[in-house]
Amino acid sequence: MAVTEQENYHQGQPHSSDMKLASPRQKRFSASFFITFFIMFGLWLVLSGRPDLFHISLGIISCFIVSFFSADLLLPSPQLKKMPGLWFRFIRYIPWLLYQVFIANIHVMYLVFHPRMMDVIDPRIMKFKSRLTSDMSLVTLANSITLTPGTITVYISIYGDVTFHVIDIESGKTLPWIMEARIAEVFDE
Amino acid sequence: MDNVFLYSGLFLAVIMALSLYRAVLGPTVLDRLIGVNAIGSKTTVLLILIGLIYEKVDMFVDIALAYAMLNFIAVLAASRYFQKRKGLYDEQETK
Amino acid sequence: MNIIVTIFLICGLIFFFGGAVGIIRFPDFYSRLHPAGKLDTMGLLMTMLAMALYSLHDFCVASVLTSLKIILIVVFVFITSPTATHAIVDAGVRAGLEPWTKE
Repeated sequence: MAVTEQENYHQGQPHSSDMKLASPRQKRFSASFFITFFIMFGLWLVLSGRPDLFHISLGIISCFIVSFFSADLLLPSPQLKKMPGLWFRFIRYIPWLLYQVFIANIHVMYLVFHPRMMDVIDPRIMKFKSRLTSDMSLVTLANSITLTPGTITVYISIYGDVTFHVIDIESGKTLPWIMEARIAEVFDE
Repeated sequence: MDNVFLYSGLFLAVIMALSLYRAVLGPTVLDRLIGVNAIGSKTTVLLILIGLIYEKVDMFVDIALAYAMLNFIAVLAASRYFQKRKGLYDEQETK
Repeated sequence: MNIIVTIFLICGLIFFFGGAVGIIRFPDFYSRLHPAGKLDTMGLLMTMLAMALYSLHDFCVASVLTSLKIILIVVFVFITSPTATHAIVDAGVRAGLEPWTKE
């Protein structure tokens, strides 16, 4: 039941038109099923912390059920080929993001403790048009902009129109464009 | 080392009281929501500090994880609920 | 080891303090979200790193598991905190709050 719904959903997606529809049996036990299963099982081992037979068998059963029904949510199977390179580039992106978040946090701390704060800040709403297209890269862009203090994403559309609120001009002048270039490099667009 | 954790916990409690100012006196509902969210994210840290003081971190860390999830869901639900024009303006008029 | 943990803890507390002061001092709803959403996230990262380091000081399976769980909380908050901030902003925009600007 769930599988047919997901197939309809994928047919509606524009970027998955090249995906040939596999039979349900092949689709259920695909590679994304096993990867989801191992991620879930690792999470179970960390969270339960009791490696005896009873808890491990419970974990295997529940991880099997979860990944049986929702493997396609975590890893959509048409994009599975590009995944390892994407994860590698994403992990390389994270330290740069943390560094930027740290710098911008220091900037906001300076603004907060400034004695004449009302003169220094200049909040306004800015817009720009992004050239990213896929859903994941747009979500990553929005979350990165929000995570960097000084800028908050107000609205983002699937066509790439980004509206964001800045606390003062200099924090919104350059950073979203650099960030967009980095994310385009990560998601290979 | 216990003293360090104790005093940081006390300082966190003071910071939470500062955030409570916004949660009580905020002009709109969404300002109160910001204050509540800030208090929630500090509570997550405070729970683990309490666990370190009483040397039962393995128990308190689960509670902190559950509290972080609960805080996120509470903020999402409340912001979905308060996005009506009417509630905000009513409160601004009665202020 | 204890010195590193203390330094991280104090850095995180300073970030938290900045967040709380920013929530009180900033003039309007939109600019209050800047310290609330993000200085808190940074302070949480710092203090959680300090406590994960501290719980590693006697090295056994249980303490490694505890540190992993603390890191898991940090990852979770880093994913959900922008989402929560965005939900609040979205509620504000839909309710029609005007952003405060300098004249």
